[in-house]
Amino acid sequence: MESLIQVRDLVKVYRLGEVEVSALRGISLSIERGEFVAIIGPSGSGKSTFMNILGFLDRPTRGQYLLEGINGDLLSRDELAEIRNRKIGFVFQGFNLLSRTSALENVELPLIYGGTSSSRRKEMAQKALSSVGLEGREHHHPSQLSGGEQQRVAIARALVNQPSIILADEPTGNLDTKTSEEIMGIFQRLNRETEITIIMITHEPDIASFAKRVILFRDGRVVEDRKNFSPSAMIKERVKQ
Amino acid sequence: MTRFLTSLRIALKALMVNKMRSALTMLGIIIGVGAVIAMIAVGSGAKKRIADQIASMGSNILIVLSGSSTSGGIRFGTGTVPTLTVEDGKAILTEVPGVKAVAPHLSGIAQVVFGNQNWSTVIYGTTPDLLEIREWSLTSGRVFTQQDMDGATKVCLLGKTVVDNLFGGIEPIGQIVRIKKIPFTVIGTLAPKGQSTWGTDQDDIIFVPLTTAQKRLFGMQFPGMVRVITVQAREPEVMKSVEEQITELLRQRHRIQPGQENDFSVRNLTEVASSAEESARVMSLLLGAIASISLIVGGIGIMNIMLVSVTERTREIGIRMAVGAKGRDILLQFLIESLVLSLIGGTIGIGVGVTGTLILSRFTQWPTLFSIEAILLAFLFSGSVGVFFGFYPARKASLLNPIEALRYE
Repeated sequence: MESLIQVRDLVKVYRLGEVEVSALRGISLSIERGEFVAIIGPSGSGKSTFMNILGFLDRPTRGQYLLEGINGDLLSRDELAEIRNRKIGFVFQGFNLLSRTSALENVELPLIYGGTSSSRRKEMAQKALSSVGLEGREHHHPSQLSGGEQQRVAIARALVNQPSIILADEPTGNLDTKTSEEIMGIFQRLNRETEITIIMITHEPDIASFAKRVILFRDGRVVEDRKNFSPSAMIKERVKQ
Repeated sequence: MTRFLTSLRIALKALMVNKMRSALTMLGIIIGVGAVIAMIAVGSGAKKRIADQIASMGSNILIVLSGSSTSGGIRFGTGTVPTLTVEDGKAILTEVPGVKAVAPHLSGIAQVVFGNQNWSTVIYGTTPDLLEIREWSLTSGRVFTQQDMDGATKVCLLGKTVVDNLFGGIEPIGQIVRIKKIPFTVIGTLAPKGQSTWGTDQDDIIFVPLTTAQKRLFGMQFPGMVRVITVQAREPEVMKSVEEQITELLRQRHRIQPGQENDFSVRNLTEVASSAEESARVMSLLLGAIASISLIVGGIGIMNIMLVSVTERTREIGIRMAVGAKGRDILLQFLIESLVLSLIGGTIGIGVGVTGTLILSRFTQWPTLFSIEAILLAFLFSGSVGVFFGFYPARKASLLNPIEALRYE
């Protein structure tokens, strides 16, 4: 069976004035449906660049990325927007909710651009919010919610369109340990119950340990890719070498 | 359609969030649209007044004025000395083709007395033809008959201003007024005509038969003479040729040698009128242009605020793009925002413009005229200003790179 995500020899080069900076130097991997992957690595290792490419927010300089067999290279900006809308849910470090807009309306946002009818939107958003345990908070604005609650709204927004993958970029970066664990618990439960594929960037080994598979990035390359392995041990081992 | 409604809702919400800013931005459009409506109303009011005045003068009219004459080396100005005769008038009517009617008249200023009231006004000695040429009707009574003309009877017709000043409520028909101490019977009153193009009161006037004026009021020094002959041509196209032929005919009749100056002059009133009309047109165009400038300045205000708004909401745009907003969704959102701003501004501006004009015309007595077309035009204009000046910021927003927009602080 074809993999959900296939990446081959992915290269991304940024041009900063005269200097060319290679963010990705040939990444090849595949991710199957239902996986929960953590991508770890020091800052500057290219993991965010990789995430942007996986999310069709950026295009690779060379190499190939297929999501469910779709090649983003051939698509226009608007077509990419449509794929993001239908197949990808984003969760960001800074939550990125629309302020002065209720939790419910924030969750509805992807459905608005997907063209779902207003009544159906409400229903779906409501369901997504309850799946992250936010019943009764629908009409609160982000400023009235705690960090953990805001991130849960963001997860609901990522879920609402029933996408193929959820891309989470440092989802616990702005949260304390206890809340971080709650959020990771939600991710684990969703992954288990709905078999949704989750790809998460983090630089905290503790957080990565919630995932079923850990990929270590360094200098734009994959240096380690293991399943069911303690990420802290992985890093320690690497440091020793 | 749902997409459009959603965009509209988002736009309204964004405007509500920044109420003060939205109101101030709208103010530019409100003033612009208000100014356009007020200026167009003032301009078309002025145009209409001039058109009315031209209509009150009668159409296709030439005026022959008796001229500067020379007496003992002293030259007198135009009209000071009557050089025209009733016969000149008759000759013009019979010999110049294209002439429809001719009315000679002799006028002067005199004191008029009724009871204990008195009033100084212009006395016109003329034939009933003048009333016809100038399309002047009576409110009551009758005009002069041929018998009045032949017998130089002491009868008169009064203009409305004279009636108001001398009678004040008393029925004037049949009363006796004294003009230069001579008693005249009032046989009719004239319908009001209002101000002339030059601003004089056309109703401050008394008509008497020409013969009476010549024999009893002003003609003693120059028997048989008239100061002015009003000529009406059949149609506007022949005015020029009629003017030339009258000049030629009168030079012959007055035995003026080639090279010698005319002792009369011919004036084309239509030309005077059309130049007044032209200047009113230019004025209203100018007023409209100035008002439009303020509308454009209002539009620039919208553009300015929309640019600020796009920059402020870069992150929001990034979020929307990440969850699937297409370029046109973002474009539409901001375009609708500026359109809503300008159309609400335009609607309020219509109210302000109409109210402002009514106040202005009350205090200045300027004639003003509203037209649905002008109001619709101003409204549509404000809408296009919104689209035009909103487009650049909206397009800028729609072309943002989602990654950079998301990272924007």
